[in-house]
Amino acid sequence: MQYLLLIYASESEETKMNEAAMAKVLSEYHEFTQGIVQGGQFKGAERLRPVASASTVRVRNGKTVITDGPFAETREQLGGYYLIEAKNLDEATAIAARIPSARFGSVEVRPIWPIT
Amino acid sequence: MIASPAAVAVEDIFRREAGRVLATLIRLLGDFELAEEARQEAFAAALEQWPSNGIPSNPRAWLVDVGRNKAIDQIRRQALFRSKYPDLEFAALDQAAAVSSDDQEDDAAFGDDRLRLIFTCCHPALNMDAQVALTLRAICGLGVEAVARAFLVGEDTMAQRLVRAKKKIRDAGIPYETPPPHLLDERIAGALAAVYLVFTEGYAVTSGADLIREDLCCEAIRLGRLLDALLPERPAIHGLLALMLLHDARRKARVTAMGDVVLLEDQDHSLWNWPQIDEGLALVERALRARGPVSPYAVQAAIAALHARAPREGATDWPQIVGLYQVLMRLQPSPVVELNHAVAVSMTDGPARALDLVDSLAARGGIDDYHLLAAVRARLLQGLGRRDEALAAYRAALAVAKLEPERRLLARRIAEFDCLPRQPV
Repeated sequence: MQYLLLIYASESEETKMNEAAMAKVLSEYHEFTQGIVQGGQFKGAERLRPVASASTVRVRNGKTVITDGPFAETREQLGGYYLIEAKNLDEATAIAARIPSARFGSVEVRPIWPIT
Repeated sequence: MIASPAAVAVEDIFRREAGRVLATLIRLLGDFELAEEARQEAFAAALEQWPSNGIPSNPRAWLVDVGRNKAIDQIRRQALFRSKYPDLEFAALDQAAAVSSDDQEDDAAFGDDRLRLIFTCCHPALNMDAQVALTLRAICGLGVEAVARAFLVGEDTMAQRLVRAKKKIRDAGIPYETPPPHLLDERIAGALAAVYLVFTEGYAVTSGADLIREDLCCEAIRLGRLLDALLPERPAIHGLLALMLLHDARRKARVTAMGDVVLLEDQDHSLWNWPQIDEGLALVERALRARGPVSPYAVQAAIAALHARAPREGATDWPQIVGLYQVLMRLQPSPVVELNHAVAVSMTDGPARALDLVDSLAARGGIDDYHLLAAVRARLLQGLGRRDEALAAYRAALAVAKLEPERRLLARRIAEFDCLPRQPV
């Protein structure tokens, strides 16, 4: 099965991190990514720019409305994702727990709904 | 109409085998709902064939085989006519066809299937209500209607809740297997929490007329025994089983024929189930002597054991109970544990010391609507001769108590004040 691991963390907390701490987290991310590439579970991953750069699009009555930012104010923001292959939910959650941000943010584990 | 002996025998086999047949079909078919339908069809076929052809030598294997074949037929039909979820169905078909029928004869394999099913039903990715509902339905084999009654919800609501839970198992890929060693303790703890919730649902209500609640206590104990049989020598399982056996042993003495609450110190010991108490006492000993960290259930069971031994020994060992509550406050801190600790302290150090503990607990807030807090305060104040404050506390308890028998008990206490002469202050 494929799962999307959505990484949520507080952007404001992240901006407070000093350079050394940030470098450490990034190297942990690198190590984690290498680990699941070698393990054959890696399908894809991206980091997202902060929500300040986000735009939201809605089409209502045929009219496209573009607004600044995400829909709701939340404590944690979507900051990136991994797409993985896992045998079942236990394997997927075990991989999610290895994501560095899981220690200070949270990781949502969503099964992929295959389009047939 | 009197059922024929053959029909009675068939019914008996269904009751005994329903859980195991379902557990094995889920493994073979990889799908909860499909397995439930397959079992239904297998039972229907058995009702049709067994009375005339005789009961097969291994009815369980027969039911599994027939159920699996019916499911395979159904998958094929669906795949031909409306290929809605082709991946799922072909996967199920492959899985079902790949397994030889040899291993179904093996009793150990059946045990493993039920264990797998318990861990699936009690998976932490399901919410607790869903875990308990699925466990009662799939492991205990209760009907949807009975599960709904246990939760005090309508049958439709429960049916939907079960459907949603089964859909989550399938869609999220919740595994149908015994957890790997590094997860096992944690998952056992999760399963025990669900079993204990079934028990407390049954035990917390004291209305004598409500038989389904008694059923819940029995189901929880059955589940505890099943877990103990499938995972022997686990102190946490022994602890929980002992705890349930010891509490349940006092069931008949806890409520009068009128449905009124009888407190522990007023209970008629001849109504206690002594063989069950002895079984519980032996299990507590084993749980406490096991190596490794002490299970909170074992500590709670040890407290229950001291209460159970009191009538034979002539006195309750309150100092030891205080010590055990202190252990429990470290292992599993909660306001309820603290309150019980305070009650035990009142027996060793007197009501003044206990009242300090209760007042500091109340000052931290968060449990204002817990009627037992006010009821305990009332009793301690009464013990200290602070009559007016005690009366006020009983009234506060009555204002938040929800269960009728408990309300009647509090009302009796308040009424007693009017009969008692005012104590000199």
